[in-house]
Amino acid sequence: MPNKILDINDLKREFIMGVETIKALKGITFSVDAGEFVTIMGSSGSGKTTLLNILGCLDIPTEGTYLLDGVNIKTLSRNELAKLRNHKIGFVFQSYNLLARTSAIENVELPLFYNADIPTKQRREKAMNALEAVGLKDRMDHMPNQLSGGQQQRVAIARALVNEPVMILADEATGNLDTKTSYEIMMLFQELNSKQGKTIVFVTHEPDIAVFSSRTVTLKDGRVIKDLKNENVHSAKDALASLPVEKETEEIKQAT
Amino acid sequence: MNVFNLLGLAWKALTRNKMRSALTMLGIIIGVGAVITMVSIGEGSKQSIRSQLSSMGSNMITIRPFSNSTAGGGARVGAGGLQTLKVKDASSILNEVSFVTDVSPAVSTNGQAINASLNWPTSLQGVSPDYLTIRDWKLVSGTAFTDDDVATAGKVCLLGQTVVDNIFNGVESPVGKVIRFNKIPLKVMGVLEKKGENTFGQDQDDIILAPYTTVQKRIMAITHIQTIYAAAVDEKSSDTATKEIGVVLRANHKLHFGEEDDFRVRTQAELISTMSSTSQLLTVLLTAIAAISLLVGGIGIMNIMYVSVTERTKEIGLRMAIGARGIDILLQFLTEAILISITGGIIGVILGISSAKLVTVFLAWPTLISQSSVVLSFVVCAVTGVFFGYYPALKASRLDPIEALRYE
Repeated sequence: MPNKILDINDLKREFIMGVETIKALKGITFSVDAGEFVTIMGSSGSGKTTLLNILGCLDIPTEGTYLLDGVNIKTLSRNELAKLRNHKIGFVFQSYNLLARTSAIENVELPLFYNADIPTKQRREKAMNALEAVGLKDRMDHMPNQLSGGQQQRVAIARALVNEPVMILADEATGNLDTKTSYEIMMLFQELNSKQGKTIVFVTHEPDIAVFSSRTVTLKDGRVIKDLKNENVHSAKDALASLPVEKETEEIKQAT
Repeated sequence: MNVFNLLGLAWKALTRNKMRSALTMLGIIIGVGAVITMVSIGEGSKQSIRSQLSSMGSNMITIRPFSNSTAGGGARVGAGGLQTLKVKDASSILNEVSFVTDVSPAVSTNGQAINASLNWPTSLQGVSPDYLTIRDWKLVSGTAFTDDDVATAGKVCLLGQTVVDNIFNGVESPVGKVIRFNKIPLKVMGVLEKKGENTFGQDQDDIILAPYTTVQKRIMAITHIQTIYAAAVDEKSSDTATKEIGVVLRANHKLHFGEEDDFRVRTQAELISTMSSTSQLLTVLLTAIAAISLLVGGIGIMNIMYVSVTERTKEIGLRMAIGARGIDILLQFLTEAILISITGGIIGVILGISSAKLVTVFLAWPTLISQSSVVLSFVVCAVTGVFFGYYPALKASRLDPIEALRYE
């Protein structure tokens, strides 16, 4: 039996807004095994963000259980949750969230500062390895404003990888990128998933991104309405290759 | 997160916004600098008053006659007119009072000092040789008169520098010459070292010293003495000495219990503490003003830290998402505040010390940089950093990571 990274059982989350109680999640049950690449789909208002916050241990469910790598997060204190986030989850955000005026390598090192298990000496080395894994070793001293959107997102992925988490949690990680760069990022995720066996949970509302994952969980109105294995996983590498070559680039090339 | 990590992080954060950090620091720099400069000016003036008073002899005890009773017709008699102090009192003090090392009876009169064609109005002070010890007064030339001169009412004298300047032409040495004071010839035995003006602006060098017997018998024709000068062993024992002198004199003067003293004993230490208290007040006022500017500097830190926390909400959210605990965020911002205040404090100390030196050089005001003021203001500014940095840091540490991440 494969190791369950995520195990969610009848998860509910309610918000009290004045006198009204808003039920964002109305009982969600699913689990994710180690090595899976799952997309969580849903339109706005489906409870996607609420679920993401709970999956990321930033929020605690009102009812139901959530086991992350066998740990029930409901029993943890604020500080224990922070430690859990640091050790077990690698966040990738839509807007990269890199620290401005801080070099790529320093951005990647950031989670290691909060990990007491990593000695100071190893920090730089680990960060370099993570940057190498995303193909940005030669850009380690660049500031975020000297990097393209795709490169910034790669730095963010390296930051998510550096603590060797059990799960990478991506929130619309391609939302700010053009199609070509999106495919490149998805290619990176697919590689991390297939070659390094990283478990990836990818939250998105774009169906054409979901095709690159091995399973799609669709939410609607706070419930899971579909949970399907993806029979025909698209390769982001092929998708990238099949993109029409941009004419303008060609023309510029010819001109020079 | 160890201390070095925190300091490194804080240093990076501060250098990322150099102008702002520098301006925030400026408040502290000015505050600390002002405290140190002001305290050193205050301490300096206190010290200079003290040293001027000590130049009169800091252990000196002065005994003068005093009377509150009316003699005969109802008019009070001034201290100068009272004849209650005798030479015997002086010798009793020397013999019976512990802690007193030297005693000199003194009488004084004014008159004209004459040398050849030059003359000068001055005062003649009749004392014993001990007087020079009591006043810590040295001779620049010649020798002092002796107890023999006192015993024989010798016609000898010592001249103050001002008198020398006025009745000698500057070429010949006064030592060995005979001058006249109110027609009485006095042989100059020595010249006194220049003492300058005292705290009250009196020229201490406009004086002639002679044996008190000479002045009593040959010039003033009196048998009482006007003043007794005594020296206590040190400043601390002058209080005890004062009390004992009171007892001895009351016995000598046969005063009954309940009768008022017919003399008054004053110590230099009293005068010093009176004068010092004035400059102490000055120090307190200056320091209070400087402390206010330090407080304002602290509020400046608090203000900037609040701005910084708001501005970096997203960063805080991110840090929390990747595993920073509340305490990590709190320490990070607190370290920044402390780093600002301590760096500002160090610069302020340097600025304060150098501006105190400048005050001495350009305004010729005495300054004294006291170690305690440097240490104190530095500690205060570090505490300021903690105090004013704490609330913004606490605010940062209590942010909800979900909302902080979404903050634009």
